Amino acid sequence: MNAPLIGARIQRKEDYRFLTGAGQYTDDISLPNQAHAAFVRSPHAHAVIKKINVEKAKKAPGVLAVYTGADLAAAKVGGLPCGWLITDVNGQPMKEPPHPCLAQGKVRYVGDHVAVVVAATAEQARDAAEQVEVDYEVLLAVVDAAKARAKGASALHDIAPDNTCYVWALGDKAKVDEAFAKAAHVTRLDFVNNRLVPNAIEPRAAIGVYSRADEGYTLYVANQNPHVERLLMTAFVLGLPEHKVRVVAPDVGGGFGSKIYLYAEDVVVTWAARQLNRPVRWTAERSESFLSDAHGRDHVTTAELALDNNGKFLAMRVKTTANLGAYLSTFASCIPTILYATLLAGQYTTPAIYCEVTAVFTNTAPVDAYRGAGRPEATYVVERLVETAARELKIDPADLRRRNFIRNFPYQTPVALQYDTGNYEATLDAALQLGDVENFSSRKEESRKRGKLRGIGYAAYIEACGIAPSAVAGSLGARAGLFEAGEIRVHPTGSVTVFTGSHSHGQGHETSFAQVVADRLGIPIENVDIVHGDTSKVLFGMGTYGSRSIAVGGTAIVKALDKIIAKGKKIAAHLLEASESDIEYDRGEFKVAGTDRKKMFGEIAFAAYVPHNYPHDKLEPGLNENAFYDPSNFTFPAGSYVCEVEVDRDTGQVTIERFTAVDDFGKIINPMIVEGQVHGGLAQGIGQALTEGCHYDESGQLVTGSLMDYCLPRAGDVPSFKIDTRETPCTHNPLGVKGCGEAGAIGAPAAVMNAITDALGVKDLPMPATPQTVWRSLQQKAA
Amino acid sequence: MYAFEYHRPSSSKEALDLAAKKSEGKFLAGGQSLVQAMKLRLSSPSDLIDLGSVSELKNLKVEGNTVLVGAMVRHAEVAASPAVQKAIPALAALAGMIGDRQVRHMGTIGGSLANSDPAADYPAAVLGLGATISTHKRKIEADKFFKGLYETALEPGELITQVSFPAPKRAAYMKFKNPASRFALVGVFVADFGGNVRVAVTGAGACAFRQPDMEKALAAKFAPESVANIKVKSDGLNNDLHASPEYRAHLITVMAKRAVEAALK
Amino acid sequence: MSVKVSMKVNGKPVSAEVEARTLLVTFIRENLRLTGTHVGCDTAQCGACTVHMNGRAIKSCSIVAMQAEGADILTIEGVANGNGTLHPMQQAFKENHGLQCGFCTPGMVMNALDFAKGHPNPSEKEVRESLEGNLCRCTGYHNIVKSIVAGARAMAASK
Repeated sequence: MNAPLIGARIQRKEDYRFLTGAGQYTDDISLPNQAHAAFVRSPHAHAVIKKINVEKAKKAPGVLAVYTGADLAAAKVGGLPCGWLITDVNGQPMKEPPHPCLAQGKVRYVGDHVAVVVAATAEQARDAAEQVEVDYEVLLAVVDAAKARAKGASALHDIAPDNTCYVWALGDKAKVDEAFAKAAHVTRLDFVNNRLVPNAIEPRAAIGVYSRADEGYTLYVANQNPHVERLLMTAFVLGLPEHKVRVVAPDVGGGFGSKIYLYAEDVVVTWAARQLNRPVRWTAERSESFLSDAHGRDHVTTAELALDNNGKFLAMRVKTTANLGAYLSTFASCIPTILYATLLAGQYTTPAIYCEVTAVFTNTAPVDAYRGAGRPEATYVVERLVETAARELKIDPADLRRRNFIRNFPYQTPVALQYDTGNYEATLDAALQLGDVENFSSRKEESRKRGKLRGIGYAAYIEACGIAPSAVAGSLGARAGLFEAGEIRVHPTGSVTVFTGSHSHGQGHETSFAQVVADRLGIPIENVDIVHGDTSKVLFGMGTYGSRSIAVGGTAIVKALDKIIAKGKKIAAHLLEASESDIEYDRGEFKVAGTDRKKMFGEIAFAAYVPHNYPHDKLEPGLNENAFYDPSNFTFPAGSYVCEVEVDRDTGQVTIERFTAVDDFGKIINPMIVEGQVHGGLAQGIGQALTEGCHYDESGQLVTGSLMDYCLPRAGDVPSFKIDTRETPCTHNPLGVKGCGEAGAIGAPAAVMNAITDALGVKDLPMPATPQTVWRSLQQKAA
Repeated sequence: MYAFEYHRPSSSKEALDLAAKKSEGKFLAGGQSLVQAMKLRLSSPSDLIDLGSVSELKNLKVEGNTVLVGAMVRHAEVAASPAVQKAIPALAALAGMIGDRQVRHMGTIGGSLANSDPAADYPAAVLGLGATISTHKRKIEADKFFKGLYETALEPGELITQVSFPAPKRAAYMKFKNPASRFALVGVFVADFGGNVRVAVTGAGACAFRQPDMEKALAAKFAPESVANIKVKSDGLNNDLHASPEYRAHLITVMAKRAVEAALK
Repeated sequence: MSVKVSMKVNGKPVSAEVEARTLLVTFIRENLRLTGTHVGCDTAQCGACTVHMNGRAIKSCSIVAMQAEGADILTIEGVANGNGTLHPMQQAFKENHGLQCGFCTPGMVMNALDFAKGHPNPSEKEVRESLEGNLCRCTGYHNIVKSIVAGARAMAASK
């Protein structure tokens, strides 16, 4: 036994329950006496609510209560807070308009919450919701980010008459302008980073419970960070004591960012449970998810790259308008700023970078982090620019990248980050080889013979993960710490329960975290269980997003393990009558160095809980330790992707023929799980490039309001992927890990669009490159 | 879903008697369109008359040169039937392209035709093959069946019992899918009856329609090049996020050409 | 209107008084409390609700419970062997990491089981086509495809 577990392809501990239908997602929970909520949502993008008549609804069969914004205001229920303060170019705080849980006088997007009906059954609640009569005075809507600040545009919020939340900038503008003035070549692109709807397959769901016995609340919710949900809901919205509220995020069916946030529905069911003294449940229908889940991306950008005669990057200038939607979602403000502009150096030594971001309110669903969150947008800017520059300068795109790679670490970028380590050439070389780029031209010729166009595209991405050093984040406006917590509870017989503040909603923490623990302790992995997602069990946590779980949450566990081993050594020293400094811990055994005297891990655990022979004068009984870990820096996963597409010129249909991804995630705990994360990220990135685009019409109606119109990639839309990894361990965490959850979604869109534009011989094409879009491009070219 | 009353007749007669009494009721075949519409509260029949137990509507057979498909025959049965595959392979292939596996296990030809979704596949075969739709009281020619958006020649309470497809010399269906819904963005069914050629299009208009200029060209010469340069007028074609009328018009030509190629294989 | 519905689910006869508008999936989840069958959409795209009715994969969100009157229904809970060991298809998903968050998984497995009956040694292309009615947001399908190929072969081998 005791083969190394770190780096092993261990099959997942969680699979049995998911494969047999024994998973327990929020909507699977059924409670005695439960009632069902249905939300009345605005059919208008922008309107004044003149009157709401709930009388008919109240009398409908099964109805227990109908609440409107007035009821919440009377009960002093607050609005939803934003967790990140951005300070604008003039030193002013961003505009933070009220974000009521149920509309107060005005609705600002289709799907905005107007009222809630609680009834005995879900169908009764829906029936009655249709009986709520709302008298609207419809206002003009603003939908496009680019038009939000136009003269005469309808203002959403009194506090922001020009619909501007902030204008923010990063970088040295003067230096950048100077570099552009003397550049030999400038490449310029204007593009839209398309709005996406996250669409975790499990819709959002929440069940509020109130117990008169202890005046306590429980909220079961499909959520990625239950402690943050509790903190925000108690401290900022409901004004409840935190210790009286338990938030449980049980099995969660995918998140991708969309389940980080505190949503109105979560607050309303919790509050209503108290009013009615009954559990109140709500599960989104998919069409509600489309309307009301936080969306992602939605940038309009102009980007320029200045180069010298040798293809060296001199400077980059980026101007972005970011659509925040109608209200500020929980982390909305930091996505197009802190998580975007700071990544514009990419893998390159570009000495000067300036980025200006104008964030606007529009009559659309709130926009927040979606897998990658800012970093896919940054990578798209950098990698589309680089590829386009290479074509304009007739330099091989891989070669142009090589000429500009960062090779000396640590590297201070001109946009605030310091990369600790990396080897960009290694991932690029590997990707070129694995993707058989050498023989691309013969494949292109073969496609041509069949009447098809073939193109190749690259993307070399970087991301900042392991979010985040709290002090740094705080100085940038974060209103929360971004550490992680972990606890190791060793039981008397030597088995271990691990409590982590990270949350797994598909990432397989129950396995990979157990691998870390079992490996470090040298005990069988079957003896280790991971507990997460329940504020009453886990001491604290900041949750899972930003590819932070193993780098931050895993490190907190390692720190707690170190304490366990340190205490174990003390106990062993006592039992073995040796000096503590002579005790070594190796694969499950506490040994006296240089002797065969030893105690097994289980013996030490037993001694800690049955302390008959124990150093009571120096040590407390028990073997239970916790740790908080606040990282000293971000981690910087990076990689190179190569995409090859074929285009049917008659229909415009694009087929991805090959997709090669070589990533550097530092040390890898479970390669099988990491590969799965990459595959999933790639499919979402390919989805953004090829199939997914959220579309509102001019009046603010959501045109892509269901899966009949919003195209999630299916199995036939994506290829089998060729993937590999290279490893430069992270220098500042003990596991050497960087995180892998978002990479695919960050790197793929640029690679795909570079390939398609190569195939078509055009400079740019909007995402998603649907058949119609590609066909139009071909028509224009022919004309 | 709004509340309704449910009925399960065991014969057509019983079903028709119920329909006569329940004027706001609807027949329920496989439910793959109707239940969907009801879930989204887009349809609110007072009564559902479930045809699932009416066994006389479930026959699938080939008689001479004709494929007879009972109204309640599932798409998967048509797709997998060796007799249909032999008699009209293009019909079996089309049935195998409808929706997805699970939908094909429930969906029926009667349900599909009665609903007349503008992007459904079966209408292309019915029109393309010049099928005859039998109801409990008459026979309706394909050319007179599709009237408009979700509109057919069926009268209230009229029940489709069977569809008979004459076997052509050769035929093929080409479908360009709506990337999201997988319905036909444009589907073209081409059938050559030996000199007499029919070309039917689905997905592009309010309901399935024929393409006479292509039929004429193909009747003169059944070859891809006969249609490759026929420009279809975009007037009146569907316009949505996925395809403009111009793109649909273009796809009709491309799909027709490919259908001819496939029919010749 | 309430109606009495009776069927066999995972080999056991069940019946209940339900509202006529009760979907089969609602009956399975709420009345029988078999919550392995999931609901991921409202337009019959995602396939998370896939069960077998009389041996064939169908979407239980797309029919009312009464349409399954007298039918033989198999849900994910009825797939593993009685002794707790996984069915070869489930085992293949586990071995090939064909699931992440697990939400689409029961539907994937139920569809794959039905598909594999007719495809003992499927190609990758056939498997991808067979998944037209099932959406997954986590795996990028890569390992689901591998799982189904392996599972179908294992099922054929164990016959």
